[in-house]
Amino acid sequence: MLGFVVRSAKSSSVSSPYRWRSSISSTQTMYSSNRGYGTQPQGHNVLPDGIDRTSDSFIRNSKEMESVISQLHSRINQVTQGGGAAAIKRHKSRNKLLPRERIDRLLDSSSSFLELSQNFQIISLESYDKQQSLANVVSSSSSSVHFFYIQFKLAGHELYEECLPSGGIITGIGPIHGKLCMFIANDATVKGGTYYPITVKKHLRAQEIAAKCRLPCIYLVDSGGAFLPKQADVFPDKDNFGRVFYNQALMSSEGIPQIALVLGSCTAGGAYIPAMADESVMVKGNGTIFLAGPPLVKAATGEEVSSEDLGGADVHCKISGVSDYLAQDELHALCIGRNIVKNLHMAGNEGVNSNLQGMISDYKEPLYDVKELQSIAPTDLKQSFDIRSLIARIVDGSEFDEFKQLYGTTLVTGFGRILGQPVGIIGNNGVLFCESALKGAHFIELCSQRNIPLVFLQNITGFMVGSKSEANGIAKAGAKMVMAVSCAKVPKITIVVGGSFGAGNYAMCGRAYSPDFMFFWPNARIGVMGGAQAAGVMSEIEKSKKKKEGIQWSKEDEEKSKAKFVEAYDKESSAYYSTARLWDDGVIDPADTRKILGLCISASNNRTPEPTTFGVFRM
Amino acid sequence: MSMASIIYRKLHRQPNKRLNYIQVRLASAATGLSSNEKSNQSNRKIDKLLIANRGEIACRIMRTAKRLGIQTVAVYSDADRHSLHVKSADEAVRIGPPPARSSYLNSSSIIEAAVRTGAQAIHPGYGFLSENADFAQLCENEGFTFVGPPASAIREMGDKSASKRIMGAAGVPLVPGYHGHEQDIDVMKSEADKIGYPVLIKPTHGGGGKGMRIVESPKEFVDAFLGAQREAAASFGVNTILLEKYITRPRHIEVQVFGDKQGNVVYLYERDCSVQRRHQKIIEEAPAPDIMSDFRSRLGQAAVSAAKAVGYHNAGTVEFIVDTLSGEFYFMEMNTRLQVEHPVTEMIVGQDLVEWQIRVANGESLPLGQSQIPISGLNWCFHYSFLLIFCSSIALSKDQNTLDMYGMPLKPGYMLKMWQGDFCQQQEFFSISVLFQSLKLVCFCNKNSRNALSLQEISQFCISVRVETGVEEGDTVSMHYDPMIAKLVVWGENRAAALVKLKDSLSKFQVAGLPTNIEFLYKLANHKAFENSELETHFIDHFKDDLFVNPNDSVSAESAYDSAKHSAALVAACICEKEHTLLKKNPPGGLSVWYTHPPFRPNHQATRTIELDWENEYHDNNNSQNLTLSITYLPNGNYLIKTGENGLPDVEVTVTHLGEHDFRVEADGLSKNVNLACYFKDESEHIHIWHGLEHHQFKQKVGIDLLDNLESHQHRNRSHDSGSHPPGTVSAPMAGLVVKVLVKNGMKVEEGQPMLVMEAMKMEHVLKAPTSGLVSGLQVTPGQQVSDNTVLFNVKAV
Repeated sequence: MLGFVVRSAKSSSVSSPYRWRSSISSTQTMYSSNRGYGTQPQGHNVLPDGIDRTSDSFIRNSKEMESVISQLHSRINQVTQGGGAAAIKRHKSRNKLLPRERIDRLLDSSSSFLELSQNFQIISLESYDKQQSLANVVSSSSSSVHFFYIQFKLAGHELYEECLPSGGIITGIGPIHGKLCMFIANDATVKGGTYYPITVKKHLRAQEIAAKCRLPCIYLVDSGGAFLPKQADVFPDKDNFGRVFYNQALMSSEGIPQIALVLGSCTAGGAYIPAMADESVMVKGNGTIFLAGPPLVKAATGEEVSSEDLGGADVHCKISGVSDYLAQDELHALCIGRNIVKNLHMAGNEGVNSNLQGMISDYKEPLYDVKELQSIAPTDLKQSFDIRSLIARIVDGSEFDEFKQLYGTTLVTGFGRILGQPVGIIGNNGVLFCESALKGAHFIELCSQRNIPLVFLQNITGFMVGSKSEANGIAKAGAKMVMAVSCAKVPKITIVVGGSFGAGNYAMCGRAYSPDFMFFWPNARIGVMGGAQAAGVMSEIEKSKKKKEGIQWSKEDEEKSKAKFVEAYDKESSAYYSTARLWDDGVIDPADTRKILGLCISASNNRTPEPTTFGVFRM
Repeated sequence: MSMASIIYRKLHRQPNKRLNYIQVRLASAATGLSSNEKSNQSNRKIDKLLIANRGEIACRIMRTAKRLGIQTVAVYSDADRHSLHVKSADEAVRIGPPPARSSYLNSSSIIEAAVRTGAQAIHPGYGFLSENADFAQLCENEGFTFVGPPASAIREMGDKSASKRIMGAAGVPLVPGYHGHEQDIDVMKSEADKIGYPVLIKPTHGGGGKGMRIVESPKEFVDAFLGAQREAAASFGVNTILLEKYITRPRHIEVQVFGDKQGNVVYLYERDCSVQRRHQKIIEEAPAPDIMSDFRSRLGQAAVSAAKAVGYHNAGTVEFIVDTLSGEFYFMEMNTRLQVEHPVTEMIVGQDLVEWQIRVANGESLPLGQSQIPISGLNWCFHYSFLLIFCSSIALSKDQNTLDMYGMPLKPGYMLKMWQGDFCQQQEFFSISVLFQSLKLVCFCNKNSRNALSLQEISQFCISVRVETGVEEGDTVSMHYDPMIAKLVVWGENRAAALVKLKDSLSKFQVAGLPTNIEFLYKLANHKAFENSELETHFIDHFKDDLFVNPNDSVSAESAYDSAKHSAALVAACICEKEHTLLKKNPPGGLSVWYTHPPFRPNHQATRTIELDWENEYHDNNNSQNLTLSITYLPNGNYLIKTGENGLPDVEVTVTHLGEHDFRVEADGLSKNVNLACYFKDESEHIHIWHGLEHHQFKQKVGIDLLDNLESHQHRNRSHDSGSHPPGTVSAPMAGLVVKVLVKNGMKVEEGQPMLVMEAMKMEHVLKAPTSGLVSGLQVTPGQQVSDNTVLFNVKAV
């Protein structure tokens, strides 16, 4: 099933090796009339504009993406409200800042902050659970699917009390005193900052990135600990709450600084975050650390004690030594936090970092408007587009040195720079054939050897199917690319700009291949296959099952069943569905792609380059 | 090479019909000089000059000296080690610790410095030893030329009653009065009638206005006289009374005179310094407006007679009080020095008075005769100059602990704030200095060594604004000396034109780090009555409601708040833009990708909150208002500024950073220049903004990572909540010796006021009042040893 071709024969016309050449001639003509081609000093490696602004598809795409992106922004607007006005008011009345405000004040002022999985949105716990088991639902019986979706709709942001904006935790990367750090900040306005299963997952994902990129971790702790009603999904498993402290220990052992600022409560398991930290700061009055809070202490021992006396800043900074710095208030704590980072010196391999970062020279902006990216990517994934027009809006000066341009043309590979940083880019221009896969594997080997970060621009329906392909050894060719992707130790960043279906997702460095970062465009879709295809497969199976049982399945019923299936698939394959489950690191505005790639590459370059060794390639 | 000949050559290059007269005049001056030089050939000329002064006047004298090729020697106290006048001099000699009496007033150290450096002459400047006859005498005795009047003249003019006697004898008009011993009421009455009413009755002893009476008519005299006698007896124990003519609407006009050792004396016209506050001149102008030319020459002649009567040579000023009702003028006193305001005269006559001083001291005769001095002979235009004194509002006189100000209302507790400043860490515990953070001047017209500007230069090159200062950015304005920081002199074709320039120049003056009277001066210069030359010595009292801020004016408070909010918005935008340029130039950690503009946030715009504290002077309780600004970085690089709930509408600001602190800002379609000045003090960043006529000062709390001293921060916080003791209790921070006790039980103190000095661990520690209130429980005495945590005193808030 993995190699299933989702697209119709029409879309495979993209794979025509001549298309690229013809598009050059057509766009160049357009260029000279519209943009004054003659005045632009263009090298041989400058990509052409590649879009026809008068075409129907351009106009339609622009319009449709406009609404998709405004939807994205309105979602983010809601998400950044955290737990809502009342919770924020309560929070602020305690002289506390909101988590994003805390991060803003920790960061170097006027610096960028790459927030991760922010748009992990207003989804209810209930629906999250339901969706967790959706895989089973889908594969076993389709009868409950309809019911689920009614629930899902209700479980939107209208059901406020079950909202979990940003998963109750804000994570992201930004510089303090010129040193990149990973920020992990509880949002106490959301369910008191307690850890839901997804909160744990997001926390662990941030730690994973920090460990990989060797980023000092700053924990802004303000959490009531695990969300007790969900303890079964929070506590026992390998990738549950305990892993947080395990990661802290391992990162610390590797010399990645772990710094905790206790800005609120830090109860039970949460107490280990500051306790496990290399250095910790506590805010007088607001910060508390204890294994058991006053109610539990009273229940257990009968001792009546205030939370400040039990585990306040005075106790831990002056008596117990659990914390190292006593802050008079939150701003003071944030300042101490900045000072700690200032004094980190070489921790986190700064030497390597500054070497790589120092290489960045002045760079040129792309020749074409990045805003047009939204008009290139179709919301209707059946439409094809040339990935080069997208690359032309991502790389410095739109300069792209294409590798193996004439071979395996459904995969575009080549070298460019993003914000001055060299990258190897692999983008889809249609279904993957044997040649395309071999070319991809070859290019990944090149980049691995040269320590050039890889950027995957996914718009992939899958590998080519059919007898001819199979006879050509498409499975073997695909395996080579998957092997190369898996083993490459260079930074890998995946952007899903269109479809991400089937084994194409694997070869193009899907989530399972541990890209350093992975983002979705809001129009993107992900799934084992398209809804229509799946419905087709399923109805074939159902039909034969019914036939065996001697039941007549009317055309109408079949269509109904198919429609349900398609609907379910559509929902599940959406970028928001993906991001809510942390299958990626966020949904982004296409216009931000270049900036985000630049930041991701810079963060990835924080680590020491490692030599890559590949496994056995099937020849 | 004489200045006249320089100008002469310049004139030949720029022929101008209008200047023919001057050409002739200067040519004749040059010939005059050469004859003088011949007669003095035997004398050795000054080639090394010691300036026994500091600040702007020292700098100003050095400029002329340098132009004349004379080597300069500065003297300095420890407080002035890094001052501009020290840097400007060829050599500089330390003469003692900061207090003036042990440095700038210490004659023997100064003479020693002159001996050591081989200077032949000593210029006393103004203030300090300039009018000290003994010092002038000492200089001459030690073989140094004193660049100033003869000691005898200083002595005679320094004695107020003696000088009046001499002036009376010389026929210089004196204020009619009776100073006799005969105190019989009938005698007094007849004397009063002789003087003419109104008459001022004044006790001979005492002061402060006690016992003073103004008598408008003869029939009121007896009652007033008896009353004054009673009051004088009660207050001073002596009931002798003197009588003086009371001048209802007086003007204060002074005449610049100059004499040489040959006995020639000329006058360089007058300056009107009527606008005063607490006897401090605030603004002066020359020529005095609305006086007739014959009055002018009578005044000048009287001044010349006054100078001649005491055998005067060198620069001097004869002060007159003018009765605006009768048109009479009377001698008051003579200042036997080069005055602060001498540049005003220089501007109208086109002469360098310091050069004149040096020439006269060299024994040359005056460069110009009376008829050669322009202005009265020239009626083709008027030249007005103004002199302004800028200073901090604090002038602590050490014996009285009182504050004196120059035209600035002093808010209660202001001085005490100064005490808290981080910059009072001088050797002496009682020195208060304010780090002077920024001084931006319109233009330094006297950047080149030329100082006195000829009329031609003024009119041709439009160099009509002159700034004299002795401080630079970053200097400390020490409390030991006169707090004046700069003088501004402007010249205009006529009074109105000069006023326009004056206001423009004032608006371009940017001083941060210490309070100044710039705003007050602007209001003064902008006042209708001032424009109409309604000058008299009560001017400021008379118009004080217009000139000073009324601290209970809610309408003004509201509009002041609005304009502060607008300024705050501009401050916020400029701060962001400046930060951006700095980061772009030098990205921390080489992470240029992370410091792009606008800062990146996925799917939303980066915002930032800046909180500024602003003190509304229209609020009597002096509390600061918090302005919270929310800045959104817009994708086009502009800033969207929201100024809080009841704020102004959101404003989108475009900022271009022109360099360092200068910006061009466009908001709501209006673009203008904006200047900022920032400095750190008291754990806050102080931010000043100037745009158009607006000047605002804000404070921004900064994180302690900007301050190096984390320890002290925590220490200070700890000492505030002194645990077991009741609030307001101050205990010894460590075991030590009490060195000084500065307060007494029951005394009212302000927060931060030094109360007690301790010595421990070889260091002195000043203990300050934790709050404002009354002192109680003070039992320790100087010399007493106290142990750690001993309760020293308590301050109870009232």
